[in-house]
Amino acid sequence: MNKNESYEEFIKGIWRDNPVFVQVLGMCPMLAVTNSAVNAIAMGMATLFVLVGSSFLVSSFRNLIPKQVRISCFIIIIATFVTIADYTLLALVPKVHKELGAFIPLIVANCLILGRQEAFASRYPTRLAVLDALGMASGFMLALFSLGSVREILGDGALFGVKLFGENYEPWVIMILPPGGFLTLGVILLFFNWFKFKKDEFLEDVAAAERSGN
Amino acid sequence: MNTDSRKESTSPSSLRLVLTLAIAGLVSGIAIIGIYESTLPTITANKARELREAVFKVLPGVTQMQPLVYRDSQLVVVEKANKDEPVIYGGYDAQGDFVGYAMPAAGPGFQDTIAILYGYKPEEQIVVGMEVLESRETPGLGDKIYKDAAFVGGFSALSVKPEIVAVKKGTKSLPNEIDAITGATISSKAVVRIINEAHIAWVEQLPAPGSEPPFVLAEPAGNGAGQ
Repeated sequence: MNKNESYEEFIKGIWRDNPVFVQVLGMCPMLAVTNSAVNAIAMGMATLFVLVGSSFLVSSFRNLIPKQVRISCFIIIIATFVTIADYTLLALVPKVHKELGAFIPLIVANCLILGRQEAFASRYPTRLAVLDALGMASGFMLALFSLGSVREILGDGALFGVKLFGENYEPWVIMILPPGGFLTLGVILLFFNWFKFKKDEFLEDVAAAERSGN
Repeated sequence: MNTDSRKESTSPSSLRLVLTLAIAGLVSGIAIIGIYESTLPTITANKARELREAVFKVLPGVTQMQPLVYRDSQLVVVEKANKDEPVIYGGYDAQGDFVGYAMPAAGPGFQDTIAILYGYKPEEQIVVGMEVLESRETPGLGDKIYKDAAFVGGFSALSVKPEIVAVKKGTKSLPNEIDAITGATISSKAVVRIINEAHIAWVEQLPAPGSEPPFVLAEPAGNGAGQ
């Protein structure tokens, strides 16, 4: 039972409550840094670090932080982790840091992270909070990667910088420009809503069949 | 009403609120100082190494470099330039003979400032190399200003007289023309404009060919160029 519950907290962020496709959070980095798969993964890793770190701390200190100043405390914790991620990336992988530019400091403003602290980490035990953060961050990274890879393949004819289609492929340039982000995200959201609609329809059919069967 | 009074009774004192925030801020500050101090040497070293590599790349044949600034109407060697003072780098070969200048330059690109370094040989008045140090040009398009080998290679012997001109790809016919990148015309032209503007700004301040400052800085003092 306990194991199931943990699994559920982890897996919900990846599919059922996917932060991007279902909750539509964190749109700013989603649209801005997904023009190549590598950038998307790097952004996903940085967000994962910040989200898991702050969820851990917020959950550990949830009984010590007075309710009146909780948001300020969350922001201080998040900002600290973002600064750590910023400097670490700059020291270890300057090239990636250069590509992501201003969007690393802007992780502070990613509502996905503050949202998880307020909605989950500040109310649940540390173990579940970390699992929830891991799941949400993985879901976010998955979303970033699916957008980034689609945009890179269509807009540059490459994935991770490796050319896929040979010399004669004419890149669909708009896909790596900002409008491409909106287009791709729109199509993916359309799919998710269609999927949800179909699933509800299916469940209704099953329920109706059961009723008539009785 | 009822809930209000209950809230009142359980609300913690202001002192506790202030203390919580103060402690959180303090711990956060210490953590940030810690990470800043521990990564600073690596970051400075990275920047200095990047700059050295870039200088050696834009000036073929160069193995030593020293920073130069324009003071009292002449070009002088400095160990460390003042903040906000424009610096160029003199490149010298293994014998200490002057080869050319590596000039940092920056200007607006398609999205944000592009910072480049270009190698210039005053005697022949040609640009011999170009390296993009910083750019936020569109990945897949504008970033070809440093990823497209043909474009970067086009700067290997480019005359600056009367000025560099970016022309449509495949139409280069004069020594001062360079083929622009298809689909990234704005970024290509931005690079050319940045070089032209920097050249105009510096050309009067460079000494006559043959009378460049001799190489004086012993290695590795030239490393102090981290900005």
